[in-house]
Amino acid sequence: MPLKVEKNVCSGCGACITVCPYDAIKMEGGKAEIGEYCQLCQACLTACAEGAIKEYKGDLEKPGQADLSAYKGVWVFAEQRGGKVAPVAFELLGEGGKLAGQRGVELCAVLFGATRQEARELVRRGADKVYFCDDEIFTNFEDEPNAGLLASLINEHRPEIVLAGATAIGRSFLPRVAARLKTGLTADCTGLEIEPETGNLIQTRPAYGGNIMASILSPGTRPQMATVRPKVMKPGRCDDSRQGEIIEVKAGEFRRSRAKVLASIREEEGAMKVNLQEADVIISGGRGLKGKEGFQMLRELAVLLGGTVGASRAAVDEGWIPYCHQVGQTGKTVAPKLYIACGISGAVQHLVGMQSSDIIVAINKNPEAPIFNVATYGIVGDLNEILPLLIRKLKERKNGR
Amino acid sequence: MRIAVCIKQVPDTAEVKINRETGTLVREGVPSIINPYDMHAIEAALGLRDALGGKVTAITMGPPQAEAALREAISMGVDDGLLVTGREFAGADTLATSRALSGAIRAIGADLIVCGKQAIDGDTAQVGPEVAEFLDIPHVSYVRKIIEAEIDHEARGSIKVERLMDEGVDVVQAELPALITVVRELNTPRLPSLRGKINAKKTEIKKLSAAEIGLTPEVVGFNGSPTQVKKIFTPAPRCGRRVLEGGLEEQVEALVKELMEKKCL
Repeated sequence: MPLKVEKNVCSGCGACITVCPYDAIKMEGGKAEIGEYCQLCQACLTACAEGAIKEYKGDLEKPGQADLSAYKGVWVFAEQRGGKVAPVAFELLGEGGKLAGQRGVELCAVLFGATRQEARELVRRGADKVYFCDDEIFTNFEDEPNAGLLASLINEHRPEIVLAGATAIGRSFLPRVAARLKTGLTADCTGLEIEPETGNLIQTRPAYGGNIMASILSPGTRPQMATVRPKVMKPGRCDDSRQGEIIEVKAGEFRRSRAKVLASIREEEGAMKVNLQEADVIISGGRGLKGKEGFQMLRELAVLLGGTVGASRAAVDEGWIPYCHQVGQTGKTVAPKLYIACGISGAVQHLVGMQSSDIIVAINKNPEAPIFNVATYGIVGDLNEILPLLIRKLKERKNGR
Repeated sequence: MRIAVCIKQVPDTAEVKINRETGTLVREGVPSIINPYDMHAIEAALGLRDALGGKVTAITMGPPQAEAALREAISMGVDDGLLVTGREFAGADTLATSRALSGAIRAIGADLIVCGKQAIDGDTAQVGPEVAEFLDIPHVSYVRKIIEAEIDHEARGSIKVERLMDEGVDVVQAELPALITVVRELNTPRLPSLRGKINAKKTEIKKLSAAEIGLTPEVVGFNGSPTQVKKIFTPAPRCGRRVLEGGLEEQVEALVKELMEKKCL
């Protein structure tokens, strides 16, 4: 809803100007005036001591689709990589199942480019129906066939909610689907719930570099679409006795793709995957590692803990490790169970990318480093002493068992 | 090659502080910058223009002061700036923004559109792919390397790039016209040149309203946005911090024990 200042109530104190993240408020004639840069974040609403800023409910009715009740069901786009369903799909089925239960509707999965066996796995994980296409056009990920076929299935079956992983794949092609259907899409959600009065989907996501959380609605259009961050939702229980319908669909006209994948190269470092967003444990290194060699210790630790290696921007900029390992605002946003930050001072840009991890361990020689402010456990000292100690202790535990 | 670069003026989120008492953002004194990813988009466009010839136009949607971002782009070597502006655009979500930007791009014509991967204030990464869909052209997200691009005199051509995926890299070839979104790894943005700075001062920035793009006020800005912000709140502060004690060896031992108890190991 647009925000307006009630001029007779505004004291001209300027508190709203201070808090506005978008610099959208100006003082005009001693009164605040909200300008066109307003993103409706409502930071000013809470900051205004006089209560002079109001949500303007004048034209709430938007030109939307006429009959929202014609849309029923919760859909999960189950992404596959190399023919295997990605773990985030099971998380979405877990969460989607709850939403479908509350709405009293079906939970369906959509799977392109994998085997029927993988489709059955989706049934075991909670899908009542699986729309399934094994056309080879989906072997590699190309945006247009995925967007085209998914949009067409949505038009035909009219689900009220469509979820996909906030992964490289989901975040690339789902916007095309939303634009084709002229509907709302909320990126990178970390919370989903049904608004009891309206049945609308409340989609909560971090914004502004993780400094604030925003709850988003798409009240006037269907389906309500969201990409959901991996590792946030709990996967559905696997039940071998579950029955579901697997419906085969054809790619047909949607095979057209004007951006072709010529080659697909998987990057792995030995036994270690670089997919930071799906890792349970991340060992990250920063400038304190002093060089490429420092990361060797982190790799050893990562293998011991069954995790992967991350890095701060400083370490990537120094060329010590490739960009795909970068955590933070201009890299990946991660939320593993365990995040060990080694020699990372904790610039805001790094913190926003990892501060929602379950447990954060910070190792740094500077006791004043901001990383300690978000750390669950902190050790002040020299990495070159601490890491070998940690590696030794972990090896002892391992061998002891 | 006619290249359009979509840029956004954003508050420098690295400079933003949170007022712990009120739980709100302190915006005062925070500078406005060109979204960092868009700097790499500008560099990519300039590099292609320098190699293949043509023209680069920077486009932004925003209030009048967003003109400063366009002038900064021109100082780096961009040929032209286009500001999509007007009250009717206020409160736009990604769909309404994409509709407006794609209208502006259609108005000037482009063989290649380059965008940053995402903006650091919203972090949605949706505007690029949505613009491509509105224009009915292919797109490639997360481009980390431009391998080659070619275009003939009839504007037929292609661009071959490396795309960063979650578990590796894809080599993708797209027909032109196309849109790419780029990551930081792609290049190092150049600094403004003296000549660029002079151009930035004297170049006239073209402004387009919704009507001039051929869009009605109902489909842009707040009215054209299917998503709405219901509420904004600050995340709950972290709790359960524990300071480890003793010598380094004892601290490490304590850490391992704690992690075992928390079932992290």
